Amino acid sequence: MMELVCPAGTPAALRAAVEAGAHAVYCGFADETNARNFPGLNFSREELAEGISHAHARGAKVLVAINTFPRAGAEAIWHRGIADAARAGADAVILADLGLLAHAAEAHPDLRLHLSVQAAAANPDAINLYASAFGVRRVVLPRVLTVDEIAAINREIDVETEVFAFGGLCVMAEGRCSLSSYVTGQSPNMNGVCSPASHVVYSEEGGDLVSRLGGFTIHRTPKAAPAPYPTLCKGCFTSDEQTGHIFEDPVSLDASHLIPQLARAGVSALKIEGRQRSRAYVAQVVRAFRAAVEAEAAGQPMPASALARLTEGQAATAGAYAKTWR
Amino acid sequence: MPAAELPTMPRALALAIRPLPLLPLSVALGAVARRMTRSHPSMLKRLGDHGGKRFLIDPTDLPFVLLMVPARASVTALRRGERTAHDARLAGPLSAFLAMLHGAEDGDALFFSRDLTIEGDTSAVLALRNAIDDAELDLSAELAGAGGRFGTLIRRALERTERATGLALHRMDDHGEF
Repeated sequence: MMELVCPAGTPAALRAAVEAGAHAVYCGFADETNARNFPGLNFSREELAEGISHAHARGAKVLVAINTFPRAGAEAIWHRGIADAARAGADAVILADLGLLAHAAEAHPDLRLHLSVQAAAANPDAINLYASAFGVRRVVLPRVLTVDEIAAINREIDVETEVFAFGGLCVMAEGRCSLSSYVTGQSPNMNGVCSPASHVVYSEEGGDLVSRLGGFTIHRTPKAAPAPYPTLCKGCFTSDEQTGHIFEDPVSLDASHLIPQLARAGVSALKIEGRQRSRAYVAQVVRAFRAAVEAEAAGQPMPASALARLTEGQAATAGAYAKTWR
Repeated sequence: MPAAELPTMPRALALAIRPLPLLPLSVALGAVARRMTRSHPSMLKRLGDHGGKRFLIDPTDLPFVLLMVPARASVTALRRGERTAHDARLAGPLSAFLAMLHGAEDGDALFFSRDLTIEGDTSAVLALRNAIDDAELDLSAELAGAGGRFGTLIRRALERTERATGLALHRMDDHGEF
């Protein structure tokens, strides 16, 4: 059966994921070392140790995301994160930075290393380099590949691949996107936040929901239309009397119907995005995907997805897996 | 598309409760807030500096709003339209707040569907949402606990109210049922 890797932004979400059938849960520390560094979110060292005990007692693994890029002169913060994750009994750490991978391979040779999507390793040469140089055992593939491309990659590598199956969708090459920095000075790569909440202001104006990021209006959503996240890549702008989404409509990934194809392409694990979401989201999505991977393993048809109302834009796309350009 | 079929307070009932004095409600909600703060200390820790912020909770189908300061465990009921300083405002039907509190609905999904509106300090709102979600609160258990020897009666009354109104009055992801 394909492994289901599920998000947890809080200990309660971790317990919800395990109870709903997660094979593995990924989470991070409450600091700049992980790419979901949001207010009120993430784990203390003590919470991580308790979470790992809880998950292991129920047969689930815990993967710790330390997937931002260390600042020069502050590498010790990231090194400490890896050491604390290893000490707490993490089943793997998810890393993106080359220096951090080298440090982990040298200082913690028994710790399993996964390559974060933030590393944007999208071809066999890159993946094989990470595997041979640092002993990376699994690669989280960026969300820019078709199913056929994933199959082609898997034919030429010896490590496991993990792909995103559900949740918020970045349309850029991950780990390379600095769009948020232009408006807020902070990016997911360096600070763990895209469109940081401290720079987001919402207001109701004449029935419209107006979203401002760093003082710029990036959405004006009419009454009753679904509200999007305040990210520039899905902003709606007006130019030369034309109004539209420049990069991508506010939609979310749902690849549940592609699970059999992804399994045939050699994918080992499916990842659900959403560490910033509630335990209600985690429980519903994990339950649905656990049923789907069980159905795939049994050779049964995929259950119909009923998760659209949980998604940004309240609409789903197969993303790059089956990309059509307008 | 609504996040779910969220029940709203019948307008006649909202009008009927409008003249009621708000002081007893503030006193009762303050007592529940102090109890929850004591039994879930991690909630304030997770809120960090945002714990001292003033949150205006606006159940749009009720005739009053609630001003909440988590670090002080204070909840004050105010007449709708009464001006009060606040750092952040969250507005939506009462059922949406109760569903989030009890793990039945996701806050982002309620935001996407426009059932929930937020204004003001977005960081504070996120911190509050995440702290409450992690605390796995159960309003029925807290009220029953606060009711001492009347706890069983209170719990039964809340069960009946939940069935009659569709409001989520207890933690939904614990065992699903009372």
